[in-house]
Amino acid sequence: MTTVTEDKLHAYADGLLPPGERAEVEAWLAAHPEDEARVRAWVAQNRRLHEAYDEILNEPVPVDLLRAATRRERAAPSWRAAAAIVAALITGGVGYGIGVKTAATPQPSLTLTPLSREAALAHVVFSPEIRHPVEVEARHADHLVAWLSKRLGSQLSAPDFSALGFQLLGGRLLSGSAGPVAQFMYEDAAGHRVTLYVRRDARDRGETGFRHAREDGVEVFYWIDGDMGYALSGQVERAVMQRLADTAYRQLAR
Amino acid sequence: MGSGTELIQHIPRLRRYARALTGDASRADDLVQDTLERALSKLDLWRPGSDLRAWLFSLMHNLFVNQVRSAANRSIQALDTLDEIAVEGSQITALAVRDIGKALACLPAEQREVILLVGLEQFGYAETARILGVPQGTVMSRLSRGRERLRQLLEGEPASRLKMVK
Repeated sequence: MTTVTEDKLHAYADGLLPPGERAEVEAWLAAHPEDEARVRAWVAQNRRLHEAYDEILNEPVPVDLLRAATRRERAAPSWRAAAAIVAALITGGVGYGIGVKTAATPQPSLTLTPLSREAALAHVVFSPEIRHPVEVEARHADHLVAWLSKRLGSQLSAPDFSALGFQLLGGRLLSGSAGPVAQFMYEDAAGHRVTLYVRRDARDRGETGFRHAREDGVEVFYWIDGDMGYALSGQVERAVMQRLADTAYRQLAR
Repeated sequence: MGSGTELIQHIPRLRRYARALTGDASRADDLVQDTLERALSKLDLWRPGSDLRAWLFSLMHNLFVNQVRSAANRSIQALDTLDEIAVEGSQITALAVRDIGKALACLPAEQREVILLVGLEQFGYAETARILGVPQGTVMSRLSRGRERLRQLLEGEPASRLKMVK
């Protein structure tokens, strides 16, 4: 038996070895228990790293990081402090209010149409996720809707887009500073994803206009119904988005 | 600002890596923030079509190394002596370290980086070498030494278990 190099053992543990070379390493490990124990430990290390840190992928992205990714100027220190107080993330209008008041320089670009902007950011952050696109999967749809309804303090429902080829993937809870926010995610057969962002915002009460915005390449259709704000975001053709939004609007109308 | 949305997609993974690397949530987010700001200011240098994610990790690596170096300078230590200090630390904590984060913190930064880029972020060895700007052979030897030390830390030495019982 030719000696299997240390590098090859690592490649085996990391799943980076071509299939044709695995058998050779496995034969070596069967005959060398000490190496086998080491490789097993390395695999366990990788698994433990994922167990310890993967949940960060699901954490809301702090708003100051979203700003850092979208602005060329260095944020004023006072804004950074304010953002830390606002804490969580993709924040609601109230949160921006606090931030702008305490910041040395107002940040006008983020105060425009906050619902569509927030929804587009949340869409861009979570829709590319492969491992963790949603917190609760669609097969637990009843639980998902009940859970998000409870957290938002209002009876929600997830629109059915199957007639348009989009299936519910699941949903997640985000924490806007104006309160909790629900995000439902849908996917079509080609892997295109759209998200419906739902927040409760009493300030918007009474407005029921149906609006469109384009935020950095993300199509957003949004509307207010009673004290609920809805925004449908996607990087798909505008005509498709329009049909999806119409469907959601009709289904969600109270 | 289309480039901004490109960057946003990578924030969750940058945060995960930075958290594991620094072991501290707010230090990690500061590192991510600095990385994003650096990325925006240097975006012209990034070649479209090449791997944006790998480029962001290499920017973060450079910032992290500078931090480690200046911290080392403050305490009048050269970067290469950090390795020995970490060894001493791991010998002191000879009983099994249950928390993988604590075990990682006992490793020299250069080994921690390789273990995380490969094991957590799932970059290949050649990609990891490019991110860190070192030869692939260096990546492999850091990986080997780091994983072995991590194994000792997580499993504990038999002798130290006896000490603990006493």
